[in-house]
Formats: sequence, structure tokens, C-alpha cells
Amino acid sequence: MLNNMLSRDLPRSKLLAAILLIIIVGLLATPFVFPGARSLNVGAKIAVFIVLAASYDLMLGYTGIVSFAHTMFFGIGAYGIGIASTQMGPTWTAVAAGTLAALILSTVLALGISLFSLRVRAIFFAMITLAVAAAFMTMASQFSDWTGGEDGLNFKVPELISPAFSLSDEKFLGANLDGKLIAYYMVVLISGGLFLLMLRIVNSPFGRVLMAIRDNDFRSEAIGYRNVTYRSLSSVLAAVFATLAGVLYALWLRYNGPGTTLSFDIMIDVLLIVVIGGMGTLYGAVVGSTLFNIAQGYLQDLLKLAQGNIDSLPVIGALFHPDRWLFWLGLLFVLSVYFFPFGIVGKLRAGALAKTRRSA
Amino acid sequence: MNSSVQPLLALDGVHTHIGPYHILHGVDLAVAKGGITMLLGRNGAGKTTTLRTVMGLWHASAGTIRFDGNDISEFATPDVARLDIAYVPENMGIFSDLTVRENLFLAARKGPLDAARLDWIFGFMPALKTFWLQRAGLLSGGQKQMLSIARAMVEPRRLLLVDEPSKGLAPAIIQNLIVAFGALRDEGVTILLVEQNFNFASKLGDTVAVMDNGRVVHAGTMAALVADPELQARLLGLSLDSHQ
Repeated sequence: MLNNMLSRDLPRSKLLAAILLIIIVGLLATPFVFPGARSLNVGAKIAVFIVLAASYDLMLGYTGIVSFAHTMFFGIGAYGIGIASTQMGPTWTAVAAGTLAALILSTVLALGISLFSLRVRAIFFAMITLAVAAAFMTMASQFSDWTGGEDGLNFKVPELISPAFSLSDEKFLGANLDGKLIAYYMVVLISGGLFLLMLRIVNSPFGRVLMAIRDNDFRSEAIGYRNVTYRSLSSVLAAVFATLAGVLYALWLRYNGPGTTLSFDIMIDVLLIVVIGGMGTLYGAVVGSTLFNIAQGYLQDLLKLAQGNIDSLPVIGALFHPDRWLFWLGLLFVLSVYFFPFGIVGKLRAGALAKTRRSA
Repeated sequence: MNSSVQPLLALDGVHTHIGPYHILHGVDLAVAKGGITMLLGRNGAGKTTTLRTVMGLWHASAGTIRFDGNDISEFATPDVARLDIAYVPENMGIFSDLTVRENLFLAARKGPLDAARLDWIFGFMPALKTFWLQRAGLLSGGQKQMLSIARAMVEPRRLLLVDEPSKGLAPAIIQNLIVAFGALRDEGVTILLVEQNFNFASKLGDTVAVMDNGRVVHAGTMAALVADPELQARLLGLSLDSHQ
């Protein structure tokens, strides 16, 4: 059954399987093992970014298309929920309407960009996505009556998943049994479902055609596949999944603004997650997202701990100052790209392959 | 050749430009239904460009290309392929990140892989069976060439365009190729084969066309060309000497 759930695309490395298992168990146990708003936030963000990065990998890793508009679709999903909730009130109907409207807008935009620019060179597609994303960002801050401009939108979500809702006054293993907990599990479980769906897509015959196009695009045409059709479908699917990630993120944060979902900083984060995790393997998105978000969330604390012990040393003490956390994050990325050019998952799989070869 | 019978593939005054270069200068070529036609000529004569122009990978700047009577000059590559024309390029062009199985699976567009037909292909190319679930990028050069040809054999095609299949292959494998192409011909597939190796060409070809400077300069039966060393020397010159 597990084999079927993973679409027969198993981790193919014991270490990778163990890491994935730890991540899954960790995400599911977070509310009880690490109670507190901060750890829940990091957990939910990891789950949402797994979907976001995996959907980007659908395009970048599996089809070989570079797009800079991925966060635009992420933002469309989040704004869909934000705008629908402020206009219609905190009901499930608003959530459904916002999701549906966002999905339609994303599909139309993705299809339009693809058909307009994927016929020609890949670089042209990248430039068009950059232009469209920049235009969308400006629009989001200009139509402030709807979007809240640069301040963004604070909105209420349906009662079941809002912090005010309470299942019981008692605490269970140190966690409040409230709407926030329900929201957390909703985000994690739906993200897991979306991930498995993407795994199914890349391992279907359709996914294999995408990889064939990435490998050798003129050969796939000469066999009779219309590359434009397949590339467009891939970019539409990626947009749809990114939109759903945006929906989940907005429901979790109960806030959305340009800096939260639309900014190019997030685009770069997603690119880093995919590259560090391993392009062309969806599991890379899981590992990359976890590593990245934990580093972003906790590196500063780690440095604070370290500094307590080496405060007295002159140069090193300054280097490990908590304010230098961005420096360490950057160093971490440079090193991981240097040592794992095919990403962490690529490295682990290659290692496992070499091991079976040796023993055979 | 009976002139009242319509050829399966007919090029009529085809010119092709690649960037600033004028490569084909009015190619006239008729490939009759059934049998193997050899396209010979020295390097740079325009043989590969002719095949690529038929596939729509380059577009003819003048002239017409007819397949079974229909003008396909303006067709996009996938549409040409969907007429059941298969192309085996010189550089193999396999999908190296996919397995051998997946490479063949993608080539079988009409339905699932046919087990009996696969066994038939494995008969000529046992290596493909051995490495069935391996990544195609790990195969040797000869095995990649085999896979590339197998991909064109996996379903019955009407026309097969093959670019220098014997290049860089060991003699024993070339022998397998001769048998494989013979079996395809017996199945009713029409084959247009570009070749530099005259030994290989003379064993397989029914008819022959020789190109030079972007034109077809000779067309006739292979038997007549084999029987006439003088004509061989005039048409093929150096390429004949260097390959025997």
C-alpha cells in the first residue's frame, strides 16, 4: 500500500527514508512535543513550502522550465482567501469561493503565459514570467481597497480553525486543544495529500514525457509529442498547486500581504529549497523545505546559545554574534551547493546506488 | 520503377536554408512504397539535412514534400511523426534520464508495449533486455544506437528515416542491424537510410540515390550500382575508398 501511495517512487536510500520519516513524524508530533506558537508556525510553514517547492520542481526539475512567476500564483491563492474572507465574512463558503476564484485566475494566467511564450525559447518564457509577476505585484499594492495595499489584509477564518474555538478547556500533553491545532493539522494533512498527488503526476506516463522533453526536446517532438502542449500543461499544474499552497498559507496566518506571499525574496527561497533539496526529485522539496525553514527560524537561537560560551574570544565571538545569522545561512547554502551539486536527495540516492553496486 | 505507382515519399525541388547557409539546392527524390532506399554521398552533401527537412526539423524554403500524396512541407515535427514516420537521428537522441523500458514506452504512442513485438526486438538487440530497467544514459554507445533504432521499431511504422546507423558500431552489431532492417522491410516498412559505409549499404539497399552539393545526382537500383565499379568511383569517389 505504501508503494502505491508513493506511486512506486520510493526514496531508494535508507538514510533518505529515515530522514523523511523523521520529518513526517516531527511535523505530526510538533504540537505536543514542542508546544508553542513559534514551533507551530515553523511546522506549518514547512508543510506549505513543501507543496510550493515541489510544485516549482514540477516545472524546473521535471520539465526544465525556469519561471519567476511562481510566487505570483502562491499570492493569488492567498489573496483569494484574504479578499473572499474580508468581503464575504469568515465562512467556509468564502473559503470555497476564494479558492475557486484563485484557481480559475491562476489557470487562465498560467495558460496565457505558456501559450504566449513557450513556443519560443525558454529564456523568453523566463523574461515574460518576470514581467507578469512584477506587474502583478504592483497591482496588488495599488488596488488597496481590495488587497490592503502594502499593509496587506488581516482577516478572520471560519470558527472551526480560528484560535477562539476550543475543543476542551483541558490541555493535552501541554497543547491547547483549540482551533489553531485543528488548523495546523488541516495544513499538514492537506499538504501531504497534495504532495502525494504530485508524486503520482510525475510518475505517470505524462510525467515521463515531461522528463523526455527536458532530456532531449527535439527527439520527443520527432516521436510525436507536442512539446508546447506538455510544457504548458506542466506550468498550469505547477500554478494550480502553488495556488493551493497559497490558500493553505493564508488560512494558517489569517493574514496576507505582498511581503508574505508575492515578494521576490520568497521566489529566491523557493529556488534555494529546490536546488538544495535536489532538482528533479520531489523528495528534495521535503528535505529542502524542512532544512531551510528550521535554519531560518532557529539559526539565531542556536547562535545565541553558542555565543554564551565563546563570548570572551575576540574575533570568533563577533562572528558568532546572533546578528550574524544571515551570514551563516548564506555560508550554509554555498557549502551545500558545493558539496551536493545534485542536491541532498541526489547525493543520498547516488550513495545508496554505489553501495548496492559494491555489494553486488 | 513503375512511374504510374505513386511514391510513398516524394521530394520535389526542395531547397533548405539553415541560417545564412543554403544547404539543399533543389532535391528531387522519390521513395517507392516498400523496400529500402539508400541515400549515399560524401560528407556535407546534404543527406542529414534532407532527412531533417522531411521531419520538419528544418523547413524547406522552396519545393514540396509529399507523403502518400499529401503535401507535408509545412507540417510541424510532431504532426509528421503522427503520420507514422519514425526518425532515428545520427546522434542517437535517447532520453538518458529515463530507463530503457520508459524510452520504448514513450515511443509506443498507440497503446501499451506489445510483449511479442518486444521479444522480436530483443532477438536482434539482446542488450536491451539485459538493461531493461537501467537508465539509458548508462548504456554503451552501440547499445544507445540499438535503443534508438528499437524505439522506431516498437510499433509498425509506414516510413523509417535512419541516419548512419552503422557509424561507430562493431562489425558483429552491424550484422545484427542488417538482419533487423531486413525483417522490418519484410514487415512492409519503407526505409530511407543514410549511409557512408558502402559495404553495409550494398547489402541492404534495393534502390539507391546519391547526393552531392545539395542535389540528388543519381538514382537507380542498388544492383546496377554494385555491378558498375566505374559509376561507383565517379559517384562516391573518396568515400568509397575510405570505407572499404
